[in-house]
This record gives sequence, structure tokens and C-alpha cells, in this order.
Amino acid sequence: MNVLHDQQLLWLLGGILVTLVISSLVTRVLEARAGAAGPSPTIQNLAARVRAWWVMVGVFALALVTGGLGSVVLFALMSFMALREFITLTPSRPSDHVALFVAFFLVLPFQYVLTGIRWYELFTIFVPVYAFVATSIFTAVGGEATHYLERTAKIQWGLMVCVYFLSHVPALLMLEIPGFHAQNAKLLLFLVLVGQSSDVLQYVWGKLFGRHKVAPVLSPSKTWEGLIGGVLSASALGSALWWATPFNWWQAALLAFAITILGFFGGLVMSAIKRDRGVKDYGALIEGHGGMMDRIDSLCFSAPVFFHLVRYYFT
Amino acid sequence: MTRRLRGVNSRRPLATFVRCLCGVRPLPPDALPSAGPAVFFANHSSHLDFAVLWSALPEAWRGRTRPVAGRDYWEKTALHRWLARDVFHALLIERRRVTVANNPITAMAASLTAGDSLFVFPEGTRGDGLSVGEFKPGIHHLARALPKTQFVPVFLANLNRIMPKGRALPVPLIASVALGAPIQLGTDESKEAFLRRARDSLLALHPP
Repeated sequence: MNVLHDQQLLWLLGGILVTLVISSLVTRVLEARAGAAGPSPTIQNLAARVRAWWVMVGVFALALVTGGLGSVVLFALMSFMALREFITLTPSRPSDHVALFVAFFLVLPFQYVLTGIRWYELFTIFVPVYAFVATSIFTAVGGEATHYLERTAKIQWGLMVCVYFLSHVPALLMLEIPGFHAQNAKLLLFLVLVGQSSDVLQYVWGKLFGRHKVAPVLSPSKTWEGLIGGVLSASALGSALWWATPFNWWQAALLAFAITILGFFGGLVMSAIKRDRGVKDYGALIEGHGGMMDRIDSLCFSAPVFFHLVRYYFT
Repeated sequence: MTRRLRGVNSRRPLATFVRCLCGVRPLPPDALPSAGPAVFFANHSSHLDFAVLWSALPEAWRGRTRPVAGRDYWEKTALHRWLARDVFHALLIERRRVTVANNPITAMAASLTAGDSLFVFPEGTRGDGLSVGEFKPGIHHLARALPKTQFVPVFLANLNRIMPKGRALPVPLIASVALGAPIQLGTDESKEAFLRRARDSLLALHPP
């Protein structure tokens, strides 16, 4: 798969590049106009986010142009970092040690090996069946009854969200869509681009027009104005990218709509867990963005549904 | 001796590896006392405890900080000996048959006077990581021997979950290293008061 010969992929990457350049220029202007008092915290946060976007886009583009292996390795690393943030945040006991070791060093790599060798049947049941059974057994063998169900459920939930769900992003490369042979990297880019721009657009619409809170308890920063504006504009963006996908314009719009809505609820679900544990971010890995989990929560929930919608309707 | 210490102990790749494994960030230089040497004292729940503090220290400190460890445990096998002596250049002390000749306080004071910082676990042994045990009187004896010594509390969180006592395999969770303000032995401060103050300064760093 030599993706560099794919003209449409280069157009997509070029478009992202132009967007980033414009964002950086706007941030510079805002910083320059701030005067002697220095830029406000919002602008500092914006600048940090834009800088982090450059790095994230660079890493992602690199993974994409190296073909299948690069993407699989990149998402395996992202799963690893997300899982460690998730498990660190939820209390575990010494008797969970073996189950956790198995989750990090056997289940996670093996799920991505299955993704890499495109063994769909095992890929799709490995975590829900085998890892579920294994973690239940290893936690029980630890010999401690205190909070057994909660402790096991936390490991299984972490594996489902951080590993299984996220592995559906590089798994898009294994779909065989008629007339779209060896072009699946664009499908991956479509999912990530729509999902991430939905997050950014919800943030922007919310900052500009946000009045009414959607979920004041779970996530005080999410507003109806941000949600509706972000979802509609990101769906429009997805629709406008139909030429790079196997979909026509309204199919692209509907799929983008599904990605953005699920992304919104993914963020909400992961916020609920953070609130329950009394923290704001999962980590401090990416400047201005919090941890890995804070950046990819929306992707975790939209990836498996997008994967199966495309698989059902287009292969 | 000092050159060998630097050569071995400031090894950057090993420090980076430990920081990646345990998700620890390097400590900013202003978190440490302005001048060494100092005695770092920490809660103890894992074999990784010293390695993590060591990997998080700024390079200038990293090469000159020695862990104080029990000779009986760290001379058991060739691997233990190699780790303690060659990798981390530990100051091995007698825990059982203490005589005038092998008095641990004398050895620690000599090390400090030579300009090396020390890293001690006043609980004496690894705990379960869920609570911090009572302190053994060693740090008070050391403070009496060298009253100007700065004692820096270090709270290590989550290491009991990364590699608990009795486990050889690590689970790569995110640990944290928190340094508190240094304390010194007060004039006329009793042993009990000093040990309690030291333990409280450590507990104050416990993340919520």
C-alpha cells in the first residue's frame, strides 16, 4: 500500500496542514495583541493546544504514510497510555496484580497483533470473550473477595474502552470495500478528522455562544449551543469530504453525524468517571489537552460503531 | 570513587527507561534544596522506590545520591549484589549484628561528609503501600551526629501498585514523586518529637 501515490490522501493532509498554519497564525496575532499584561489563560491554553496539535498531526501523518504497520503501532501505544491512565485512576488492590499484568502485556499487544495480521474473527471476540474470562479468573485466583466485582469490572471496562474500542481505528485498514482497494487510510483519516474537529468545533461554539448546560453535573463545560453547533458543523465537514471516501455526500454526512454524536457521549461517559474519582483530567501527557484519555475519549466510542456501520453497509 | 559514581549513576538511558515505565516526570531543580548533600526519606512499598526517585532527580543530584539498604537482603544473590553495588551504588548497612565497627550511622555520616546525598526508608522495610508505618530511630541518630543535615521528605505514590512486595513483574501504572520542604533537628528536640515531625511532613505530601 503506497499511500503517497494517493492524490486524495495528499489533499486531505494538505488541508489539515493549511488549517494548522492558519490556527498558529491566529494564535500568534492574539498573543501579540494581548499587550503588556500577557495573554489571558484562554489564549495560553489555545496556544498550547495548537502546539500539541502540530505534534499529534505530525505523528499521525507519519503513521498513516508508513501504511498499516505504522498505524497499528501508533494506536497500540495510544491504548497503552490510555489504559495506564485509566487503571491508575481507579483503585486496585495487590491481588489484582496478575490480572493487570495480563491486561497490559498480553491482551493489549495481542489485540493489536490481530489487528495487524487482519484476523477479523478473533479480533472481534478476543477481548469480549477471552480477555473477559481471563481477567475474571486471574482476579479470583488473587484470592481476595473485597470488592471483587468492582475490581474485575474496572479492568474489563478499561480493556474494552482503551484497547478493544480504540483498536477499531487501525482495524478500518482491514475492511475490503469494493472499488476502494488499498485506500483505507483515508477512511481512518475521515474518522479521526471528523471526530477531532467535532471536539474542537464543540469547544469553539461553546466558548462563543454557550449558555445552556447539557450535563451540569458530569461535564460543566458542555453546552447545548456547543453540542448542536459542533455536531452540525462537523457533520457538514464530513459531508464535504465525501470525495475522499467510498460514500456519497449524504452517506458521508450521516456517518459523520454518528461519529460526532457518539464522540460527544464518549466524552460525557469518560467525564462521569473522572468526576466520580474527583479529577479534571486523566493525566498531563499532552500540554493543554490533559492526558491521552482526555484526547481520545470521543474516538474510543465512535470507532467501533463507525467500523461496523461501514462494514455492514459497504463491504 | 566519585568519578565512578558519576559514570555509573547518572546513566541517562536507564533513568529515562525507569521514568517511562513508571510515568514519572523529572523533578524541577527548584523542588530540591539549594545545596546538597541532603538525606531524602520516603515511604517504602516497592523495590522500585529508590530507582524512581533516582530517575526523577536532576542529573547533578542523580550521580551523588546513594540509597541506604540492608546488607542482609542486598547481598543474598549475585543479582542483588550487582544491582545494589554496581547499578545504584548503595550504602549497605548492617541491620542485625550492629557493632561499633560496622555502625550504620557512622557509615552514613561519613558518606554525607564526603558530599554524597543519601536516600533512606525510615520504616525499615517495605510496607503494603496502603499506610505509612512508624519510623525507626535511625534518622534521629544521624541528625544528632550531623545536626546541620537537611532531611527532605519524599512521598512516593502508586509504586505499591506498580511492583508490590513479593512480585517480580511490574504493571506500568503512573507513579508520582512529591518532595516536601527540608526539615532539620531542632535544638532540644526529643527523639520522639523529631520522628513524629518527620513522619508528619511525609504524610502531608499524600495526594488526596
